[in-house]
Amino acid sequence: MTEWLWLFLDLTLILLLLTLAWLTCATHNNQKGVTYFIAFGLLLALAWARLKAPDLALAEAVIGAGISGALLLAAIKHDDDAQSVNKLPSIKLWMVNLLTVALATLMGWGVWHGLELSDGNRLADQVLAQVPESGVTNPVTAVLLNFRAYDTLLELAVVLTAVLAVLTLNPMRKTYVPAEPILQTMLSWLVPLLVVTSGYLLWVGAHAPGGAFQAGALLASALILLQLAQPTAYQAINLNWMRFLLIVGIAVFVSVGLLMMFLNTAFLGYSSSWSGILILVIETAATFSIASALAIAYMGGRPDGWETFETSTSSGHQGGKHS
Amino acid sequence: MIDILALTIILGGVFFYMTGSIGLIRLPDLFSRLHALSKADNTGLALITLGIAMLEPDKILIFKLILVWLLMLAASAISSHLIAKHALSGGKQDD
Repeated sequence: MTEWLWLFLDLTLILLLLTLAWLTCATHNNQKGVTYFIAFGLLLALAWARLKAPDLALAEAVIGAGISGALLLAAIKHDDDAQSVNKLPSIKLWMVNLLTVALATLMGWGVWHGLELSDGNRLADQVLAQVPESGVTNPVTAVLLNFRAYDTLLELAVVLTAVLAVLTLNPMRKTYVPAEPILQTMLSWLVPLLVVTSGYLLWVGAHAPGGAFQAGALLASALILLQLAQPTAYQAINLNWMRFLLIVGIAVFVSVGLLMMFLNTAFLGYSSSWSGILILVIETAATFSIASALAIAYMGGRPDGWETFETSTSSGHQGGKHS
Repeated sequence: MIDILALTIILGGVFFYMTGSIGLIRLPDLFSRLHALSKADNTGLALITLGIAMLEPDKILIFKLILVWLLMLAASAISSHLIAKHALSGGKQDD
């Protein structure tokens, strides 16, 4: 009986996902498309949860549906010529279609190949056998921060590069009018809660679903909410701190890697007795970098006063805003 | 016994959710739709949370369930308020 119920639920989930994916692509109204995309992301998080991958479910809900949705909504608000996607010349459109089909085939083949492998050859078994030596007990964190730490370092570099591009291209979007008292009151409860939850996710990542990316995205969503509801509070942030936080993730990651290269043999080859603490240090720094990077990406460009380096500018700015 | 009670409560919650969704589709204008959504869905959520909490032996998980319920209650009340206020103050879209 229960199995049939689960089967029914899974089939409904798959059907809804396919329908929403189709609607997202097929609609000619960008605002509707983004709304469908957000709903798609939330359902995809459910699908990951059903596949017993809570780490991915968390990441998909926070980053895929939440932050990406906010970024897309901000982008179509900003862009008056919202229909430009549909005005692609047909040859380009066909090239995009061809590329997408090729990519989907490749990924489908990858999944099929993975399923066909016998149990002994699967990467998951090898990873699980090595987890006790990684310094953490959550296998996902063990892979991300220990076995494949190099990949995660490069991911952080990609995020930083994207934010540098955002900072170079535009000044920030104009801020909204301050929100109503009721939303501001809710935020004064919600933002501290988000900060605590983010810290919890960061800490718990060592032995349960969580980690730097989820924690950073949650912290960024707190900053985005602040930016939406109380633009003046957002302007009080010291931009030199923001600069520091942007690079601290990569800086700490690379320093730890180099230190390990001098002490041991390889770049990022942790000493096994220290690896737990090293992973926590790296993840903490990465959380701050990811949060500030996503928050700046949502601002859509340089915050006011970004070009000037003096600390007095930002504090003077703050004083001016409060008077 | 408690299983049957919990299941009944959860089914009651599902009924309220369905009513809210039917209201969202069938009702004529934005305000009555909001009314249907916020009222019926919050009742449904409360009932489902209660039902699951009765089935859950872990105390900490029950606490988390209640926390989720409170957060969603606040979020739904405030977002409904914001949507209604925005609709009252004029334009359907602000760009």
